[in-house]
Amino acid sequence: MIKSELVMRIAEQNPHLYQRDVENIVGAILETIADALARGDRVELRGFGAFSVKRRDARMGRNPRTGETVAVAEKAIPVFKTGKEMRNRLNRDGVGEDDADDDAGEPGGVAPLAAAR
Amino acid sequence: MAGRTVTRADLCEAVYQRVGLSRTESAALVESVLSEICDCLERGETVKLSSFGSFVVREKGERIGRNPKTGVEVPIEPRRVMVFKPSNVLKARINGESAADGED
Repeated sequence: MIKSELVMRIAEQNPHLYQRDVENIVGAILETIADALARGDRVELRGFGAFSVKRRDARMGRNPRTGETVAVAEKAIPVFKTGKEMRNRLNRDGVGEDDADDDAGEPGGVAPLAAAR
Repeated sequence: MAGRTVTRADLCEAVYQRVGLSRTESAALVESVLSEICDCLERGETVKLSSFGSFVVREKGERIGRNPKTGVEVPIEPRRVMVFKPSNVLKARINGESAADGED
């Protein structure tokens, strides 16, 4: 599904809205997330997942074609961690749905879907 | 730098500000956008949102894992995971660059 298809589906479910409105809605959602990440904020959406920004230090990289070393500057990258509910939904038909010890092996990491809901 | 956390409420507010709908309806629409995306992914479909990124579902095969605390080997069942691949535009934006120069 691409963005325009998403807009179409939402528009179909809401016949009282103009397609233009739905485009604005989807745009506002994505821009709000992108703005937050650009500020270095976290975005946490229960039931879906959490976006955050991680710093990558400057490093010496290598041009894979020529083999010469190049300096790679420090940069920030967006990361997404799937929420617990979403993870379960992806594996709904599967076995072992107990998420009791699910988070055991995640030392101090992000726990977007901690207790609530 | 460790800023605040943006949540659904902020997304609803943004929609409310931008589109002339009630707060209740804005909230409902944020919800339907997210659930439409979730439904798609649950079906195993890729969701591509241009200039933002794409969500892809990957099938992981079974492998032998290890309990890091006890060292006991445990089989990790085959499962589906979802990964987010940020677009070059989003990556550039986070690094305060203009959208055009995506890759180095």
